[in-house]
Amino acid sequence: MPLKQKDKTMKEKFNILTATCVPLPLQNVDTDQIIPARFLKATDKKGFGDNLFRDWRYDKQGNKTSFVLNDPTYADSKVLVAGKNFGSGSSREHAAWAIAGYGFRAVISCFFADIFRNNALNNFVLPVVVSEPFLAELFETIKNNPKAIIKIDLPAQTVTNITTGNSEKFEINSYKKHCLENGLDDIDFLLSNKDKIEDWEKKHVQA
Amino acid sequence: MNTLFDKIWDAHVVQKVEDGPAQLYIDRLYCHEVTSPQAFAGLRERGLRCFRPKQIFCMPDHNTPTHDQDKPIADPVSKKQVDTLSKNAKDFGLSHYGMMEPKNGIIHVVGPERGLTLPGMTIVCGDSHTSTHGAMGAVAFGIGTSEVEMVLASQCILQAKPKSMRITIDGTLQAGVTAKDMALFLMSKMTTSGATGYFVEYAGEAIRNLSMEGRLTLCNLSIEMGARGGMIAPDETTFAYIKGKEYAPKGDAWNKALAYWETLKSDKDAIFDKEIVFQAKDIEPMITYGTNPGMGMSINQHIPTEETISKEARDSFNKALNYMGFKPGDSLLGKKIDYVFLGSCTNGRIEDFRAFTSFVKGKHKADNVIAWVVPGSWEVDKQIREEGLDVILKESGFAIRQPGCSACLAMNDDKIPEGKYAVSTSNRNFEGRQGPGARTLLASPLVAAAAAVTGVITDPRDFIK
Repeated sequence: MPLKQKDKTMKEKFNILTATCVPLPLQNVDTDQIIPARFLKATDKKGFGDNLFRDWRYDKQGNKTSFVLNDPTYADSKVLVAGKNFGSGSSREHAAWAIAGYGFRAVISCFFADIFRNNALNNFVLPVVVSEPFLAELFETIKNNPKAIIKIDLPAQTVTNITTGNSEKFEINSYKKHCLENGLDDIDFLLSNKDKIEDWEKKHVQA
Repeated sequence: MNTLFDKIWDAHVVQKVEDGPAQLYIDRLYCHEVTSPQAFAGLRERGLRCFRPKQIFCMPDHNTPTHDQDKPIADPVSKKQVDTLSKNAKDFGLSHYGMMEPKNGIIHVVGPERGLTLPGMTIVCGDSHTSTHGAMGAVAFGIGTSEVEMVLASQCILQAKPKSMRITIDGTLQAGVTAKDMALFLMSKMTTSGATGYFVEYAGEAIRNLSMEGRLTLCNLSIEMGARGGMIAPDETTFAYIKGKEYAPKGDAWNKALAYWETLKSDKDAIFDKEIVFQAKDIEPMITYGTNPGMGMSINQHIPTEETISKEARDSFNKALNYMGFKPGDSLLGKKIDYVFLGSCTNGRIEDFRAFTSFVKGKHKADNVIAWVVPGSWEVDKQIREEGLDVILKESGFAIRQPGCSACLAMNDDKIPEGKYAVSTSNRNFEGRQGPGARTLLASPLVAAAAAVTGVITDPRDFIK
């Protein structure tokens, strides 16, 4: 694979992650909830983690609610576990920046919205698609033991509920897997192909 | 045996990465102020210029106020974001239509109306409603900011090819039923994830009979079923709409383009990964009752009861109804509302203003309703005035505001207050979308007009029978 990225674009590599999880057993969690529009006015990528799920985490006076992210039990969790169709709606990459900025390295669900999935991958947050029974069991496991451990093995493409021992394979294309394992992004790959782009342009005179 | 989508996508593949995405050439990149600043910052960090600046068009729309646009934006954070886009466009040599310029407006309204969006193109923008442009027979889809940076740097994007779906709507729409109702109907049947992973082609008699504006509304909402994009094969309606537009090809170039555009249709024996058929006669004026666009129903139906909702979805269902202040089994007809919003990239075009105005003509806005009537662009504003719709609106108690995304996502000061009900022609009823605590009921311009003059949720057909 002709990857020629340079060190200056290196991001946090992803290989094997063993961590506790934050459960969010709601379906159709949209990116407006992950990061409300009024926080999209920044011109850099910093600070979005503070406003992750802002309107679920804080009431209008700014006091903490009973939302799961405010539960100190889950303070060190690196994995968010969510219901079906996570990240639907707006294409805002700020949602991925908020999740990464908060400290999550992976999101587990049985179904992700397309744009969010790409955005997460481009920020080295791994979206892990599991079966509905695996997800239901994982929610149950966390309910019984909030400190339950999940192991995500990217090289082997497996996710394991350590408490029950149940393990599943997950899908990721080998190009993106290589990028995550090595901390590489897409831009230098594209730039290294400029001759191919120009060739395409020569063959396709635009209408 | 190719689909329309295959034809355009495949023609734009520069190369296929082994066991990975396609490297797709992009004809047009649209940039607005919210999702582009970090992409330009990334270019600067890497010391790069834009690869094909002539194919990139920028305009602010999300933060723009809908009044006093001739003065500096009062909110300093919004102002900075809008100014940043202007500076980036200047620094990188890109076309930029700033606030108050005749070509400014919501990017998904301006692209088609200026002839920037053309059949056969690949079009991306850091905005999920980029699916709008598919109505012109283009492959158009929303992307994230990292992907915007890819296109700025290389005019290409790495993207897995979606699966294909055809949604056919046969027959003729009933009176009082619009493209918006068609879309809300599809979402209610498909759910917000029913088309995730797919690129949708809309076909059938009811689609063919839609105006260009109606098609733009329908394709705009494709993302709300989770689809990567939606598209309609270009035809005489499309060509007539494009002809003479500022950036449309002219003279010999027009004839050549037209000959190509006429080939842009799915082959008769094309195979789609999924095919779904609906009947136009089954579609009625729609309204949403929940907190995602799939939670919609015919305006005279009742909200579902809890037993009809699957066990896994019940918590989300109850959370949504609790937020909206509704109960399972409720009817919404006669329910008092507080705000009406006409506008957005979904329903901010001239046809939407004609429909709204045709309904409110000779009637007056209800006293309990605050109405925000926001054209999608200055061009739409101009058309409104040329057709005298402004006079009718004024006589009926509606003031026209200045163009922009406005209350669709409330990034400017057009926010629906907490707990208030808004009948909105926009695209999303998510919690807090139109302002913290705001309660949104998505509907067509006709349903919005009926609510605006009666002050309650009303079936517009009661007036047009």
